[in-house]
Amino acid sequence: MLANRKLILAHFWLAFAVFGVALMLGAWQMFIRSPLGTWLSNPELYYRSLTAHGTVMGYVFPTLVAMGFGYAISESALEQRLVGVRWGWAGLWLIVIGSIMAVIPVALGRASVLYTFYPPLIGSPFYYIGVVLVVVGSWIWVALMSINLRVWRRANPGKAVPLAMFANVAGSYLWAWTALGAALELLLQIIPVSVGLKATIDAGLARVFFSWTLHAIVYFWLMPTYIAYYTIVPRAIGGRVYSDTMARISFILFLVVAMPIGMHHTFADPQVGAGFKFIHSAFTALVALPTLLTVFTICASVEIAARLRGGRGMFGWIRALPWDNPMMLALAFSFVMLGFGGAGGLINMSYQLDSSIHNTQWITGHFHLIFGGAIVIMYFAIAYDLWPHLTGRELVDLRLIRTQLWLWFVGMIVTTFPWHWVGILGMPRRMAYFDFGDPAIAPQALSVTFSAIGGFILLTSGILFLVILARGMRSPAAEAGAYRFSLAVHQPTTVPLALNTHALWVALMIALTITNYGYPILTLAMTEGTSVPAVYVGAQ
Amino acid sequence: MSVQEDGGHRGTEIAARTERRWATISVIIIVAMALLAAFAGIHRATMPQPRVETTDPSRLHLSGEFAESNLGSVLEANGAVTVRAIGQQYSFTPACIVVPAETPITLRATSADVVHGILVQGTNINTMLVPGYISEQLMRFEKTGDYLMPCQEFCSFGHEGMWGKVRVIDQAKFAELAKSGGRLSCVGQ
Repeated sequence: MLANRKLILAHFWLAFAVFGVALMLGAWQMFIRSPLGTWLSNPELYYRSLTAHGTVMGYVFPTLVAMGFGYAISESALEQRLVGVRWGWAGLWLIVIGSIMAVIPVALGRASVLYTFYPPLIGSPFYYIGVVLVVVGSWIWVALMSINLRVWRRANPGKAVPLAMFANVAGSYLWAWTALGAALELLLQIIPVSVGLKATIDAGLARVFFSWTLHAIVYFWLMPTYIAYYTIVPRAIGGRVYSDTMARISFILFLVVAMPIGMHHTFADPQVGAGFKFIHSAFTALVALPTLLTVFTICASVEIAARLRGGRGMFGWIRALPWDNPMMLALAFSFVMLGFGGAGGLINMSYQLDSSIHNTQWITGHFHLIFGGAIVIMYFAIAYDLWPHLTGRELVDLRLIRTQLWLWFVGMIVTTFPWHWVGILGMPRRMAYFDFGDPAIAPQALSVTFSAIGGFILLTSGILFLVILARGMRSPAAEAGAYRFSLAVHQPTTVPLALNTHALWVALMIALTITNYGYPILTLAMTEGTSVPAVYVGAQ
Repeated sequence: MSVQEDGGHRGTEIAARTERRWATISVIIIVAMALLAAFAGIHRATMPQPRVETTDPSRLHLSGEFAESNLGSVLEANGAVTVRAIGQQYSFTPACIVVPAETPITLRATSADVVHGILVQGTNINTMLVPGYISEQLMRFEKTGDYLMPCQEFCSFGHEGMWGKVRVIDQAKFAELAKSGGRLSCVGQ
């Protein structure tokens, strides 16, 4: 039983409320730049909306989900009351204050720089300071996860750390380290210019700092989803985890190799040399490894569930799966989207293929499919699974839940497939308007229209999700019992030290970051004459 | 996987072996992809620019490589073509780049203010323009015609209006134009 339901519920509700708002903005953006919308007389409104959408979906929403889920894991997997509850609330309040501080200048059009900042464009300092507060709030969570694990270890010397907590803490360390890149960019470069202490900034160096954060942040978003794959799905569908060891290895690999690969975002940049681009490209290939391992382990775990339910034959067992179980449905949708999105990712990681689609709508389609699709659909599943334990009430309408998941899946496919296609045609990203009357652009009109329709399907699904959760707060009380995680086929009692602790892997993560980022950052920082005048936005 | 009747041990062994096989296949896939990328880069010479070059964006217009009189296309003595261009909020200079077909071309470009990008639709020509740095990209067009060249990076509120053009013309026609010297463009044509 979870002791700090209020803290966890507050994180989830805040996460899903801001998600709802950002989703609405996203659907509007899809509409207004499609042939269905009319010319927005003030394109600046589009970029305001885009900044808010990205900031919320990138920084606020997934961070809150990871935090709330992390607290729930700590209490239930360790079977220990959360240590530092007050700090937990302090972290949440920092995120609330930071978000409000950031969103006001964005709404006023004083910080339309997109969530990726793009110096030398410089917006209101309140925007950047707000983002920093959000990150600092989440660092409190990182510290709490580490402290809670330490307290547990002291009480249970030599025991295997439960997989869910092992993965959760790995995710928190990954976040702490990856957020540092953007934090350095903000604190050393952007904020001093934004408050007027400096007037010039090295845009190339800033892009390298941001790439430090930009890729591994995706794996931070992914962590709750992978934790759900391994530790919730098999239990929910009546199976077992095929291999506890392989699960730990996958999470360790994410921790180590998600970080030193971010420069594949700078393939087309002039400030990074070819050598480091190649190294980062090769490391990016490596990060596919934990996903390939996960796909195997989860498919095998699902097969165990099917065979326990009487499934037979080479593929016949698939029919024996509990398809009416929302968790099963969410997993299947998530895997399909992960498959397509992952294949797209392999294209992006090679310099040669990337140059055809770099900064086109393909990229937007790609990360919406991976993050909005494969990852977020599991956030829904996590919420549905945890809700009865948080509210003490049952979620009764499974049919509605299935409808919501179906709509999200269909909506995401309808949105992102045409999005990829227009990217191949060379349609650039982040534009408020396209002249579909131009014969060279006209062939893209139909695809963009489909994407916009997909956006509205997603919005419908998102609203339905919030309705289901809100109704769940008022349904009849039912004691859900203790929150449990999946057991492995061979549930370990002890595991090797390397698979039970993080220190070695954190050290490796830091070392690889230094080898892959140290030299490029140092050379750029020491190159004279690369600081350029800041261009202030929204200044009147 | 099948459940063995002679106890868990064989089952465990089979499970571990299957898992190891899959891990091996995964590693092979990844190594093969990295080698393929290396091969394509070296063999087909599709590599990012090897050197990092810098330039001062606040003095671009005064002198040097990116002064206005030096922007546009020029036919080099060896028959290759060099194109120099800059991006600024919210246009490219020259806004219409003229180049010959079936000729090796070197694009050298930079930004005068914020981050921009050059993307030539229907090709894989794609590079960022970061103020302070010079982007260099090798390119070659097989077919004549007009290609749209949008800015592919957010450069503030006028970004959606920043579209340039590349006009690929016949080699002989380009040589004819180049005879009179100077820097060529197709602006206003």
